[in-house]
Amino acid sequence: MSKSHAALAAEFTADENRTDWHDETLWWVRQKRDKAVQQIPEWEILRQWASAIKEHTLSKLDEYLAIFEREAISNGIKVHWANDATAHNEIILKIIKEHSISKIVKSKSMLTEECHLNEYLHQSGIEVIDTDLGERIVQFRGEPPSHIVLPAIHLKKEDVSETFHEHLGTEKGNNDPQYLTESARTHLREKFIQSELAITGVNFAIAETGGFVVCTNEGNADMGAHAAKIHIACMGIEKIIPKAEHLGVFTRMLARSATGQAITTYTSHFHRPRPGQEMHIVIVNNGRSRQLGREDFRNSLKCIRCAACFNTCPVYRRSGGHSYHTAVAGPIGSILNPNLDMKANADLPFASTLCGSCTNVCPVKINIHEQLWKWRQVIAEEGLVAPSKKMSMQVLGYILSKPSLYRLIGKTGRWVLRHMPLLVKFKSLNPWYKQREMPEAPSESFRDWYKKNRRS
Amino acid sequence: MKVGLFIPCYIDQFYPMVAIATMQLLEKMGCEIVFPLEQTCCGQPMANSGFNTLSKGCDRNFVANFSDVDFIVAPSGSCVLHVKEHLADAQNPEAAEFIRTHIFELTEFLTDVLKVEKLDAHFPFSVGWHNSCHGQRGLHLSSMSELVAPHFSKPISLLNMVNGLQLHLPSRIDECCGFGGTFCVFEEAVSVKMGKDRIKDHEENEVEVIAGGDVSCLMHLEGILKRKGSKVRVMHIAEILNSQK
Repeated sequence: MSKSHAALAAEFTADENRTDWHDETLWWVRQKRDKAVQQIPEWEILRQWASAIKEHTLSKLDEYLAIFEREAISNGIKVHWANDATAHNEIILKIIKEHSISKIVKSKSMLTEECHLNEYLHQSGIEVIDTDLGERIVQFRGEPPSHIVLPAIHLKKEDVSETFHEHLGTEKGNNDPQYLTESARTHLREKFIQSELAITGVNFAIAETGGFVVCTNEGNADMGAHAAKIHIACMGIEKIIPKAEHLGVFTRMLARSATGQAITTYTSHFHRPRPGQEMHIVIVNNGRSRQLGREDFRNSLKCIRCAACFNTCPVYRRSGGHSYHTAVAGPIGSILNPNLDMKANADLPFASTLCGSCTNVCPVKINIHEQLWKWRQVIAEEGLVAPSKKMSMQVLGYILSKPSLYRLIGKTGRWVLRHMPLLVKFKSLNPWYKQREMPEAPSESFRDWYKKNRRS
Repeated sequence: MKVGLFIPCYIDQFYPMVAIATMQLLEKMGCEIVFPLEQTCCGQPMANSGFNTLSKGCDRNFVANFSDVDFIVAPSGSCVLHVKEHLADAQNPEAAEFIRTHIFELTEFLTDVLKVEKLDAHFPFSVGWHNSCHGQRGLHLSSMSELVAPHFSKPISLLNMVNGLQLHLPSRIDECCGFGGTFCVFEEAVSVKMGKDRIKDHEENEVEVIAGGDVSCLMHLEGILKRKGSKVRVMHIAEILNSQK
């Protein structure tokens, strides 16, 4: 197992200035979101509708997927079904090999990150160029994205300058964002022109039309799909919405929730391949049907990947996306990833104070913090909590259920704190004391005071 | 009106003055207060750590202690929320149901049940208000910055009734302090960083006191304040509402 969230977060916060910068940058995005949604008086009604549409769709997911497949095929799109990440990757590799293609561009798709498509294709000697600016930056650095909407948000412009100097030959030490973006643009234009195959994600797939919608701010999905002779769109089974008329509810919310924009710069509707083009859709399960079967966690599949929960999460802002050691970080990742691998991600539902801000910003009303609590129960039940923690909880539960024992331990504890305070001041044994003083221990508990002063 | 006073375990042991202030305040309002002596804890520490099954003993003890009152009031949003959401007793389901629906956090009890409109309180200090998450987002003690909804705050309305008090709100009005129960030790680094940031936000307003409705948050902030030798004190809202000239 990789390092836990707590350990990785401790490494992240060790650089306090950088932590402050990360926190403030994302808080600024959260504030932009607040300003945008406060301008929509019916915002809470939209949330209700979005949630209801998604809940309805999830309740008839099999039917809507079948309708979508039928309509997409009749539009001339080739539809593929992948039960897991491996099947998804194999389908894409097969298409690539059938056409003997080597030049591939990909716009942002968290699903392909979840399936580790780039690594898989790399092992077969095939290189994919990520065309989202942030994704290209982290790809150069050999890092995963740290945020699902802002993949390189953990990096400062100085870091980007260094990376571009190394990989694109830009001027050393030139940190001008305009200059750096221009260099990336020139570099990516070349890749778009040469590309033979474009992979995109899918934000919404519409059952009644068999079409799908891809939202980007950079237009990179369009550049890829329009230039290449083959377009492969990858989608999780939960991306379906029933009708085109439902789309407006979501497009009004997606960008406002994500970045505070009224709408993404590009909202591109794909329905059929253009003449001479081949269009594929890979519909992926990868554990989603298992999550659909978990009553307590089913509605996590309503997620539209806006990342509002990331930006508002006080823990995410101070621990960085990489501390979640998964493709989808943040609060939503912490309720999705235990479904994919409970053991490897057993730490994630605990990487939260359960403050509930995530639930409040969620445009589709996923009760994220309640699901975090519920995952903790499941993880404890499965025996995936450290034995020492389990034992301390057993002892605590026993003491607190026995009033006289509770009083004795309380009294003894306060006596020790007052008379032998050094006993609790081993920073390695008492994490509280590392950066915080212990509370002062009074000689009398409230109960003692009450008995003396009030009991008649 | 017979009010059962629920004093969370750590307040009983470490912050008796908060419990005393809560009791005196409610008595001033004409409530008949009983403090069931065999009470311990609501069970939240175990439940939030994933061991709700280990809090059944606490649940039974809670039900046994609080079945014979009209209301249950506690100076803690977090413990009240836990009881409201999770208290269960297979032997006494009706008693548990009664408690879940008749337990109130102090400021919500003062506002919604006693309908307090004026207070005889005096507290001539500069006070920063800390919104505790479970009280705010769980019990809806105040509006929340994330939602598009009318603005209100039960605790701040009460503080506005206190003579001499100058209230200051931090720039991030409802950001979590990082206590989070066992989170404060298992995620020590992030927990402390969150606490430091809340304190910094209040320090910009040069407050003398950081006040809140949950002693757990305040205990965490106090630990950080004391470590850095700050003169800023933490106080529970009950202590302020109970202060007189």
